[in-house]
Amino acid sequence: MLDLVTDRPSAAAQALAQTGPLISARGLCKSYDRRRMILDGVDLEIAAGERVALIGSNGSGKSTLLKSLIGLHPISSGTLQCFGDPVDARGSRKQRLAMRRQTGFVFQKHCLVRRRTVLSNVIHGLFGDAGSWRAFSHALAPPDWRDRAMQALAEVDLADKALERADALSGGQQQRVAIARALVRRPRLLIADEPAASLDPVSGRNVMELFTQLCRDHGITLLYTSHDMAHAVDYADRIVALKGGKVLFDRPAAQVTRGDLKDTFDG
Amino acid sequence: MADRRLEAPGRFTGFSPLNFALLVALGAVVLASMGKVAPSPQQLVDGVPGMVNLVGRMLPPNTEPAFLARIGLRILETFQIALVGAAIGILLSLPIAWCAARGVSPLGRGNVVVKAFISFLRTVPDLVWALIFVASIGLGAVAGTMTIVVDTIGFCGRFFAEAMEDAEKEPQEALSAIGAGRGSILVGAILPDIMPSLINSSLFALEKAVRSSVVLGLVGAGGIGQELKVAFDLFQYRNASMIILAIFAIVLLMEMCTDKLRARIQ
Repeated sequence: MLDLVTDRPSAAAQALAQTGPLISARGLCKSYDRRRMILDGVDLEIAAGERVALIGSNGSGKSTLLKSLIGLHPISSGTLQCFGDPVDARGSRKQRLAMRRQTGFVFQKHCLVRRRTVLSNVIHGLFGDAGSWRAFSHALAPPDWRDRAMQALAEVDLADKALERADALSGGQQQRVAIARALVRRPRLLIADEPAASLDPVSGRNVMELFTQLCRDHGITLLYTSHDMAHAVDYADRIVALKGGKVLFDRPAAQVTRGDLKDTFDG
Repeated sequence: MADRRLEAPGRFTGFSPLNFALLVALGAVVLASMGKVAPSPQQLVDGVPGMVNLVGRMLPPNTEPAFLARIGLRILETFQIALVGAAIGILLSLPIAWCAARGVSPLGRGNVVVKAFISFLRTVPDLVWALIFVASIGLGAVAGTMTIVVDTIGFCGRFFAEAMEDAEKEPQEALSAIGAGRGSILVGAILPDIMPSLINSSLFALEKAVRSSVVLGLVGAGGIGQELKVAFDLFQYRNASMIILAIFAIVLLMEMCTDKLRARIQ
């Protein structure tokens, strides 16, 4: 495995040196059945403001790593820190929820509540804040939540669809709503699990451009997985490849070669 | 020689000797039970004159205005028992079903205790609940309402919990990933997803409540059933036939309304 710090771009290295890593994983292991390791000793550090793409073939552990980072899947062993706080199975539920509230998460299948309006779905992004039962519906939400949600919808260019049902939108539009929901709380970290995988090439590219632009504008750290190498190379500062639950390489996107990608996806 | 792969499979595949023996045993039990409790053709024939006599004494139904006014008030009370009992029962069913639903319950594996409690409410017949409430609260409509509440929790608790267990998992995971608690996931992702199912079950519960509230009066728990019992006890069969017609009308009306509402939801 390559040394992480020496391979990181200089701007990110400076950020890391100044503020410490946003995410720090050491020897991370995860197994669902105590026999097969899905993650096998993963080391990863991500500095504030970085855009990191996680690549690997199916079953390499990408999605498990993303979900482990925010405690959705408890890790089996190793140490993990997110925003400077340890994340492990022993941590309190309150602590895990507090950490997740600084994180936005976008799934491959957008995971919207189909029967609710677009605006209500975006306001759902504020669940967990004080009085969050009011995020049940845009009709009950406080005025500033509605304003923030409308602003987030405007950023993904869907303000005119606010009162339409989520399942009335196209796949690309639904993914943009999911992005607005993830960003409405202005998280410090945005995690996306193959955000463009279920979209056609043009919509996928639009979604990736939107993602990276919004993260750059708001200073949000971005960690995403992708099967599309163009999405990884074009939109990330750094690419981390996983193979068999281990980190195969971790280097700046500009330095990733065709041979690296072949190694990642071959056999 | 014919290709064996093209031969049609046997007609009764998977029908093992054990299954056959069980089927024969079940048939024997049904036949033996029929010999004990089913009416014989002779009994049916003997019962016809009695039935004709009774129907003759029931006709024409009593349509005196004073009687109809009294029946109208009792029908109203019956409907109130059903409506209030079902409404309270449905509201109470929601948190109980949440606690009982596997994978969703805030009690974790403690959900089985709540599930057992709901099963208990459901397995005790409504007339038995009515007897219990009449004995504890006293005669009248309140006992009837309490019976409908308990009966509705037994019915809706189960169906609401099953709907919550079957709700789409992805939106729940999405809300969990951004820090939503269990209550937020319930109101944000689960309830909107299962709303048609909740409304459907609630309408069935209301229909069931109306049917139940009609007979609760037989044990003194208020409503039109009480009038029916009095009419039969005092051999006032013309009154009884009018009450039966009124019951038929209210149940039919309720089923028509709920059918229309159900069709609109779907």
